[in-house]
Amino acid sequence: MAKTLYDKLFDSHVVRENGDGTYLLYIDRHLVHEVTSPQAFEWLRLAGRKPWRREAILAVPDHNVPTRDRDKPIADPVSRLQVETLDENCRTFGITEFRMNDPRQGIVHVVGPEQGLTLPGTTVVCGDSHTSTHGAFGALAFGIGTSDVEHVLATQCLVTPKSKAMRIWVNGRVGPGVTAKDIVLAIIGRIGTAGGTGYAIEFAGEAIRDLSVEGRMTVCNMAIEAGARAGFIAVDDKTIAYFEGRPLAPKGRLWEQAVAAWSTLYSDPGARFDREVELDAAEIEPMVTWGTSPEMVVPVSGRVPDPDAEPDPVRAAGMRAALRYMGLTPGTAIEDIHLDKVFIGSCTNSRIEDLRAAAEVVRGRKVAPNIKLAMVVPGSGLVKRQAEAEGLDRVFVEAGFEWRAPGCSMCLAMNADRLAPGERCASTSNRNFEGRQGQGGRTHLVSPAMAAAAAVAGHFVDVRRFQ
Amino acid sequence: MQAFKRVEGIVAPLDRANVDTDAIIPKQYLKSIKRTGFGPNLFDEWRYLDHGEPGMDHSKRPLNPDFVLNQPRYQGATILLARENFGCGSSREHAVWALVDYGFRVVIAPSFADIFYNNAFKNGLLALVLPEAVVDRLFAETEAREGYTLAVDLEAKTVTTPDGDVIPFEIDDFRRHRLLHGLDDIALTLQHADEIRAYEERRRREAPWLFEPPAV
Ligand code: SF4
Repeated sequence: MAKTLYDKLFDSHVVRENGDGTYLLYIDRHLVHEVTSPQAFEWLRLAGRKPWRREAILAVPDHNVPTRDRDKPIADPVSRLQVETLDENCRTFGITEFRMNDPRQGIVHVVGPEQGLTLPGTTVVCGDSHTSTHGAFGALAFGIGTSDVEHVLATQCLVTPKSKAMRIWVNGRVGPGVTAKDIVLAIIGRIGTAGGTGYAIEFAGEAIRDLSVEGRMTVCNMAIEAGARAGFIAVDDKTIAYFEGRPLAPKGRLWEQAVAAWSTLYSDPGARFDREVELDAAEIEPMVTWGTSPEMVVPVSGRVPDPDAEPDPVRAAGMRAALRYMGLTPGTAIEDIHLDKVFIGSCTNSRIEDLRAAAEVVRGRKVAPNIKLAMVVPGSGLVKRQAEAEGLDRVFVEAGFEWRAPGCSMCLAMNADRLAPGERCASTSNRNFEGRQGQGGRTHLVSPAMAAAAAVAGHFVDVRRFQ
Repeated sequence: MQAFKRVEGIVAPLDRANVDTDAIIPKQYLKSIKRTGFGPNLFDEWRYLDHGEPGMDHSKRPLNPDFVLNQPRYQGATILLARENFGCGSSREHAVWALVDYGFRVVIAPSFADIFYNNAFKNGLLALVLPEAVVDRLFAETEAREGYTLAVDLEAKTVTTPDGDVIPFEIDDFRRHRLLHGLDDIALTLQHADEIRAYEERRRREAPWLFEPPAV
């Protein structure tokens, strides 16, 4: 029978069917960070259990790490304790960890693929909702809570029902200046933040195939923002080329064998999906969120919408609350929104191509005087090193950006990088929830090129005019 | 895990859609390495007028009188009534711990985000899906009548209103079974350790590269 990619990934990992609608699913790769793991390790210890398969685990601190003064201990004692707890747990249980000052340290979702720990056809979990990122490589990857982190540590398996399958086609080609971020924001704008709930989403179509693997990571990263725990894309030559020579990728004869297996990771013609959605790539513009949910998004040429025009009362109330929080008036042109800060980073957009795209826009220009802080936080130490080898750090610094050390940083503001109440930020991250980047902070989600253009202009501007 | 059979209690209505886990428990509290003590910081940014940080004496902070959980009539609530897509956003199980630590045993909504839903059942919190029209009605009744209570019976799969109206609900059998008996998932899975090893053996033959990575 014709199988979807989801069927192939799921079925090949079923250890047993439990007979109650759930499956025992084998997990190939487990990524661990400092925020969602301490309680799991503690329970493991209390129950006298130990990790089932240590070699399947890679740990890296990312959420709490400071982005400067990394030669000193972490100043915030609570953050420090959490990072040290991870170090201690990894030492006790014999788990590989890239510590804070390891050159390979970075955001867990950037590091996994970069090292070749994530591979096509694998199941990947992490106590982090953006684990969907790894689906870009034809993997089944999804976020789990701390109880499940413990479950995977102890058994290398998860108990889970099978999701429904959705396919989202992005047909045709995007215009110049339109990026992976704009594609995924347009998708979320279309299906809503709960549109993918209960589904695993396959992204398909010419515009998706045209994306680089890094762009595909951006799309899959935000599958969770559409409500889907997992998003993924079929394997093609670009996927396979990406892994060649990665430290943990197979070599020699095993590589040949792996490539043969990976080449079957696509949905068979005629495979049945529970839902299919189609978007026309040519209609997608650079996108900007205006509210406090990623579905509150419009093209840069648009205006802040009017809740009075929304027929659904619950939605209209949500829009009013968002406008109040964001300090915006309906009808304001997006390009008239002025900014205080600009953040380029996060597991959505902190890879080398993102930094190149942003640098291209700022090269030879200056950050506008009304911008209090513009910062670039590379996704990993290796991305940082690569960017420096290409001279991108100098482009940013000369324009007035701060060039920082890798981590989650102002994506969620658990470290010292955050917005003050009322501050408005153009951010390449994935969530514009209330308080996400600091209490009272106002987040607008955009692509790296759009964030760079906004830094130079001091307000949102259509990046296509910069090119 | 605490078993769940029947809960009867005061209902608190949180009339917002898409309540995300950042709102349920803000990130500064995720720095804790414990799994208890999150209750005072549930909905921190809506509940208090000042900015909260871990280590503060939260009982001394100024409360936002407009926030629903601060209203005297909802004190002691054990059932939270919510709108669609409750618990969206981050995978943080701390959100469930905070709800449980505060005293909630049930959250009723038209829909939940997947990861939150899964986390809830791991901690004895019943995430109960009811149709939108029923939730609308419960909101109206809760707000209209002070001291409004509901009785949630997981064994019978029913919610009973103070007027004796019985509303049936649907729930996956496996989740219901585990919750009713407070079962430890890991112990259950480890009963199948031999099958996990057999899978690994088979998989090692089919896809050896997954088991022989070069050393990190
Ligand atoms: S960068 Fe942001 S979204 Fe990504 S893992 Fe870190 S905190 Fe989560």
